Amino acid sequence: MRIPLFRGKTRWGLLLLTLLLSSLLFAACGGNPSILNPAGPIAQDEANLFWFILGVATFVFVVVEGILIWSIIRFRERPGMPTPRQIHGNTTLEIVWTVAPSIFLFVVLVFTIRTMFQVDTIPTGGQQLEVTAVGHQWWWEFDYPTQKVITADDLVVPTGTVIHVKLYSNNVIHSFWVPNLTGKTDVVPGHNNEKWFSVDKPGTYHGQCAEYCGLQHANMAFNVIALPPDQFATWVSGQQQAAANNPQYARGLALFKSKGCTACHGIVGVNLNDFNTQPQTLVGPNLTHFGSRDLIAGGVLKNTPENLAKWLHDPQAVKPGNDMPNLGLSQSEINDLVAYLESLK
Amino acid sequence: MATSTIVERPALVRQKRFSETYIGQWLTTTDHKKIGIMYMVTAFFFFVVGGLEALLIRTQLALPDGKVLDPQTYNEIFTMHGTTMIFLFVMPMFTGLGNYVVPLMIGARDMAFPRLNAFGYWIVLFGGLFLQSSFVFHAAPDSGWFAYAPLTECGVQGVNCIPATPSINMDFWALGVLLLGISSIAGALNFVVTIFKLRAPGMTINRMPLFVWMTLVTSFLLLFALPSLTAASGLLLLDRHLGTHFYQAAFNGDPLLWQHLFWSFGHPEVYILILPAFGIVSEVLPVFSRKPIFGYTFVAWSGVAIGFLSFTVWAHHMFAVGLPVVAQAFFATSTTLIAIPTAVKIFNWLATIYGGKLSFKTPMLFALGFVAMFLIGGLNGVALAIVPFDYQVTDSYFVIAHLHYVLFGGAVFAIFAAIFYWFPKMTGKLLNERLGQIQFWLMLIGVNVTFFPMHILGLLGMPRRIYTYAPDLGWNELNLLETVGAFIIAAAILVFLFNFVTSLRQGQPAGSDPWDAFTLEWDTASPPEPYNFKTIPVVRSRRPFYDKKNPETADWKVAVH
Repeated sequence: MRIPLFRGKTRWGLLLLTLLLSSLLFAACGGNPSILNPAGPIAQDEANLFWFILGVATFVFVVVEGILIWSIIRFRERPGMPTPRQIHGNTTLEIVWTVAPSIFLFVVLVFTIRTMFQVDTIPTGGQQLEVTAVGHQWWWEFDYPTQKVITADDLVVPTGTVIHVKLYSNNVIHSFWVPNLTGKTDVVPGHNNEKWFSVDKPGTYHGQCAEYCGLQHANMAFNVIALPPDQFATWVSGQQQAAANNPQYARGLALFKSKGCTACHGIVGVNLNDFNTQPQTLVGPNLTHFGSRDLIAGGVLKNTPENLAKWLHDPQAVKPGNDMPNLGLSQSEINDLVAYLESLK
Repeated sequence: MATSTIVERPALVRQKRFSETYIGQWLTTTDHKKIGIMYMVTAFFFFVVGGLEALLIRTQLALPDGKVLDPQTYNEIFTMHGTTMIFLFVMPMFTGLGNYVVPLMIGARDMAFPRLNAFGYWIVLFGGLFLQSSFVFHAAPDSGWFAYAPLTECGVQGVNCIPATPSINMDFWALGVLLLGISSIAGALNFVVTIFKLRAPGMTINRMPLFVWMTLVTSFLLLFALPSLTAASGLLLLDRHLGTHFYQAAFNGDPLLWQHLFWSFGHPEVYILILPAFGIVSEVLPVFSRKPIFGYTFVAWSGVAIGFLSFTVWAHHMFAVGLPVVAQAFFATSTTLIAIPTAVKIFNWLATIYGGKLSFKTPMLFALGFVAMFLIGGLNGVALAIVPFDYQVTDSYFVIAHLHYVLFGGAVFAIFAAIFYWFPKMTGKLLNERLGQIQFWLMLIGVNVTFFPMHILGLLGMPRRIYTYAPDLGWNELNLLETVGAFIIAAAILVFLFNFVTSLRQGQPAGSDPWDAFTLEWDTASPPEPYNFKTIPVVRSRRPFYDKKNPETADWKVAVH
């Protein structure tokens, strides 16, 4: 019985190691929000630290598990084996294996603290963009105080720019996380946390709330959309406009006004004069340029006409517990509203 | 009147008092062994409850867009899974083991305060039932076992924080942990006094078995850590019901106050959950290697060092909350420091089996499995101390991988080592060896299949505490794999339950010393009489029972301690 036992152990060790290595490979190549697929300097620093600690940990893992498995095989009980020597300890050895991990850990600590100061110091020079990320239950609002732009679910930024994010919540704690771009910073009521990141190449990056914030914590995602600076400028000037007033969608607009949507949602040019004066009572996302966004309601749906119709038909079925009531709209009303809202580019 | 009684009843048959019936003996007992067994059975019951909750979680997450649980139920289940496993399984399980084993190990007849001991047990039982009863009222706690304010004050459904109308879910939690805290304080005091005052003649502090050492350190941790949780829960209840604003930013309170109070309990708590496991492994490895523990003093004092340091590391749970960078550097350093005594322990365990004569009975398998798995939990723990990397993986599945390697690969493996090791002591019968081996291999495979992929999911950006995920994020296959692993673990637990029941009824008789052990608890009958020892043994070394069986090579003759 002893022989298959240790054979099984070795086999399992090999299996474990294979699993470890292959899965890491998988993680590195893996597509979407992998932290090992960094697209900006901060995520790059954080990923580098991972590869460093992975190297150190793998070394320790192989050595210690190796000694363990080797001892299990070498010192297994066999017939006629004498009673082992009763060794109680060895002070020299103790000192050695207290000092050795201390050195290892000291090196790790030096890298930790150096990188931490790098990552946490918000650079002052170069191109800067200031954004306030507001955590709601359960969606993200993004305010651009300089540009006077308000958006939701999509954080549009220029590449190669220091994005200076101020984090604000008046409800519970949320956490701002874009794995490809930056680690987390919590959005704590009463603490005006700030962070920064920057994006190297244009693209769409998955972000999400990472602090448990209630019923729909799972559906509190957002996209970071990085554009080249010139396209970003175009986007900003588009977003600064009031909503288009196209007579083609007049029925949808009328429904927006009459069905109570304006109690929670603002549209500049309809029930708001500009982006500066949005009252606190409007608890839903500003919809002025809704049609230009990728996501609906904290990323629970992609923004397509079919999905928006589904959402308007019964928001509580799509995202139970969210603040939008079922308005009891008819199919034709839904169609009109969808056409109107999707036209708000 | 006396005469009439004699007439009505046959002579010589006295009515049994309640405390003499079988049930009554258990309900009224103050015997540390009976109380210990009740603790362990209760803890195991809650382990099964928490395990079923874990299976529900894994079933919900097996596929993207899971529809097994609605979001509210999922949030209740994950909250109760954590709360149950920590407060109602691991803690009472170690208290129960300590209750049974510590007085025997130090040659005492009972704990110092037997009635306080019984009180502690009953509070755990009723505190546990109180917490679980919340499911019956559709009001199970739903804000996580960490219960972060202000979520606990607004209610998980709220649009704006309106503290006036919270649902009662978190009241169950706050009152439940307050109750359980009372029990833990009582138990911890009892252990400290027992260990300091009731040791057999000759058993100096430096001759105590390492399990006793670790129970002592754990008890001190409980005494100093729990007040923080009590204060935090008390303030929470005040905020919720009496209109104070300790955690409410809008009224100049501070949500981070909760986190500081909670984690200055919560991190020592982590060691409360693992130090007794260190003690168990330090007992089991030597016996099945036929050698004394290597570096007794270092193993014992590294435990003490861990105990002290555990009070200085709490904010490493809070690296993402925006603390000043210098404060973070301090907590990164203290967290790194605490890895050193832990490493020392692992090296000493390796040195203990090195050069030994290893017999792979089930307790030994679990102890070796502990070392192998806990190492992984230690290494990914060091990774989490690397602050910038922690920004990425905190609150992701990477942390879940870490804590389950520590608490399942660590604490649970040690608990099974202890159950297989001391079951013969408690019952006089051996658990079935073949079933034990099957259980071990199932568990080892199950743990790695369930928890290893969580590292990768964390790296792939999967946050914790989400009840669902979209299918296009690259998380599908690994989640399914984890669910398969969870059911492998469940199968292992079923094997154990079957083994337990059958061995209890028709297990092989164990005799008083089935493992040729070293320590005093084996130097008496199995199970022991209520008074434990006919005569209190006299101790001359760290392995008194070994000395008794090997007078020629007794430790006190050849080793100085």
